[in-house]
Amino acid sequence: MSDDRRATVPPTNPSDPFGQIGEELVAETDEGPQELQDRGDTSAAKLAIEEGSFLRLPEGLVLDPGDIDVEFGEDETMIINMGPQHPSTHGVLRIMLELEGETVLRSKPVVGYLHTGMEKTAEQLTYVQGATNVTRMDYLAPLHNELVWSLAVEALIGTEVPQRATWIRMLMTELNRMSSHVMWMATNGMDLASTSMMIYGFREREMILSFFEKTTGLRMNHDYIRPGGVAADLPDGWEDDVMSIVDTIPSRMDDYDEMLTGQPIFKLRTEGVGIIGPDLAIAMAATGPILRASGVPWDLRRSMPYLAYDEVDFDVIVGTVGDTYDRYAVRLNEIRESCKIVRQCVERMPLGDYRVQDKKVTPPPRARIDESMEALIHHFKIFTRGFEVPEGEVYTAVESPRGELGCYLVSDGANKPYRMHFRAPSFVNLQTLPPLLRGGLIADAIAIISSVDPVMGEVDR
Amino acid sequence: MADVITADGPATHEAAIPLRQRAASLAGLTDIPATESCGQEVLFPRLSEYLETVTALRDAGFEMCVDLCAVDYLRHHGRPLPTGVEPERFEIVVNLLAITDVRRVRIRVQVPEGDCVVPTIFDLYPGTENMEREAFDLFGISFDHHPDLTRILMPEDWEGHPLRKDYSVGRIPVQFKEAPGPR
Amino acid sequence: MGLEDLSHNFLTGTLEELVKWARRSSVWPATFGLACCAIEMMAAGAADFDLARYGMEVFRASPRQADLMVVAGRVSQKMAPVLRNVYDQMMEPKWVISMGVCASTGGMFNNYAIVQGVDQIVPVDVYAPGCPPNPQTLMHAILTLHEQIRTGELTRRRGAGLGARIDLATERLPAGWVAAPPAPVHLGTPR
Repeated sequence: MSDDRRATVPPTNPSDPFGQIGEELVAETDEGPQELQDRGDTSAAKLAIEEGSFLRLPEGLVLDPGDIDVEFGEDETMIINMGPQHPSTHGVLRIMLELEGETVLRSKPVVGYLHTGMEKTAEQLTYVQGATNVTRMDYLAPLHNELVWSLAVEALIGTEVPQRATWIRMLMTELNRMSSHVMWMATNGMDLASTSMMIYGFREREMILSFFEKTTGLRMNHDYIRPGGVAADLPDGWEDDVMSIVDTIPSRMDDYDEMLTGQPIFKLRTEGVGIIGPDLAIAMAATGPILRASGVPWDLRRSMPYLAYDEVDFDVIVGTVGDTYDRYAVRLNEIRESCKIVRQCVERMPLGDYRVQDKKVTPPPRARIDESMEALIHHFKIFTRGFEVPEGEVYTAVESPRGELGCYLVSDGANKPYRMHFRAPSFVNLQTLPPLLRGGLIADAIAIISSVDPVMGEVDR
Repeated sequence: MADVITADGPATHEAAIPLRQRAASLAGLTDIPATESCGQEVLFPRLSEYLETVTALRDAGFEMCVDLCAVDYLRHHGRPLPTGVEPERFEIVVNLLAITDVRRVRIRVQVPEGDCVVPTIFDLYPGTENMEREAFDLFGISFDHHPDLTRILMPEDWEGHPLRKDYSVGRIPVQFKEAPGPR
Repeated sequence: MGLEDLSHNFLTGTLEELVKWARRSSVWPATFGLACCAIEMMAAGAADFDLARYGMEVFRASPRQADLMVVAGRVSQKMAPVLRNVYDQMMEPKWVISMGVCASTGGMFNNYAIVQGVDQIVPVDVYAPGCPPNPQTLMHAILTLHEQIRTGELTRRRGAGLGARIDLATERLPAGWVAAPPAPVHLGTPR
């Protein structure tokens, strides 16, 4: 690795922006002539920055129409605002685009329109209530948020969760991954003007959501996975419900495969659009389907297994080119892999407790409150004051449908977290947008943003 | 300011990870205090050593900077730190990930309140642009040579840094319609 | 001139009923989904809970073409001026449904970042509680709105002038502006 990373750049000659004229790349600076680094030595990350895909302008920039000349020069670029209220951006995302005609040159994603202060709110809520707060971050995969929160708290407490609770968590989070990817296919289809995909996608999602409602009580934002286990056991007859889901969805996925994958318009709109290479993806800290579509076989479920993922059999889907089409294919096949995992969960679900039998952490069953004074006191304490967590700090990560979802938790020994920070995958993945959008048309921008799959709840927290 | 507490207790065990496995020794950083927290290796470089520590770790194979966040320890000065580390008000916490070696390492840098300026690691890891902007927005920690250090989550004209411990939550008292007034 | 000059009489009675029927049968919502409630709003527009039977499946992106703004989700401080901007661009007659507890009162987020109720910014006709509300709850809110349109005044005006003008710099409502009373939600099928 060359140490000459801070090589100075010569004054820009408009006809030769990269300074490649002449045999030796030498720049005249105040400190004398400096030799420039060879082009091939520049890392992908630096190239993206140099090529100028990042629009560094203040967000409050307002162009007065009176400032614009009527005579528009041919080489003048426009700065157009897309969002925050726009039918095609996923949630309240605002992008400032520098356009030359309809080609996007530089761009700047502006976020913060959904900032909820969840990390500050978490410091006011107890560890029992914390799951209600974090579950609303990534609202398409709420169980993953709850899972990473519970894993972090359990790491600090040092408890071990019973086998059945682990497998229930795995079952529910894989179903959630399926519903999130199906939802992505629906909204992606709509962004690419396939309204029927939107309707079909929600039909599948409803099947999974009604199972969630039966088990957890809510269709979304469940507060089901809590520190110590899960809130309630699976209902009677759950095997039939789940098997009916995993028996129907693969055949429907084949239908959508036929509808979209082979279709010429879909392929034209997605193949070769928004290519990101593995070096740039890693430099930008992109994880999840974006990284896997670029060819890096990194999946936390396989590489750093949590729950019981090392005991189930599934494949990690990896793409080749890293374009929008690959990201679509990765997500479509991840739905199929999740079906496989769910099937194994149904076959191998162990019997036992669904939450750890530690009286300080887990509330007693409701019936016992009538019989035992101690149970009543524990219930009261857990739901008013909560339990104390020993001092320490931990970073836990799981593989959410969008990438690596991490929770950094600092405890000072009290009943409320001292600091909770969530490493939201969409927040980091949005940094890949400027290099992805550069050079494409606005219509490609819609397809690319949709394929990056940002969920603004976790971007802004 | 509380005394520096040596690493004791279940949360931080010094040298619990065998020496040959420690990422710090791989990167040649043997003189930086290191502990273990819940099975994860944590390094405590000084603010002056921060940039070279991250550079050394990057060259040793930590290709991805997974997370960068800040913590305000105003209310918790007496936290366990290894010997030789002076506690300050702020901490920058950087989590690195090695994809080929499949390992993680955490770096915690103490940042004083009066002079909260930290060198940016944007040139090493461009993926930290948004994370450093968030730390600036919510905590007020500036990053030297960051390409675009502006607010990212709060409106641009917002005053104050919300996640600091001396910034209140902003809770308004809940008003109920037609409720009897206070007696 | 215009409709507000005509007093109710037997000549215009049926005409008013016709206009109100037309208005409530094709309320076109503006896309204003913000957070989790937006997903339930999309689900309400999708196959299982069909909004098309009320004539509402066309979510118009442009506020100029929309009648109804369903504020679905939490409104942050940065988003508040945008919300007001979109509301101002809608043409009369326009209605607002505040969907979810975050839009109605700030919900579980009583902190610096969230506006404690979207009625601080725009006048609201119907509040739909829930976190997030079921698509069925949203449909009940929509049907309540239809009842309001059916039984309400044809030329309803809120406060003084066209809508209320809120001075965001001082965050105070002009004197004499009265918030519209919230519609009581009747349990059971609307009549």
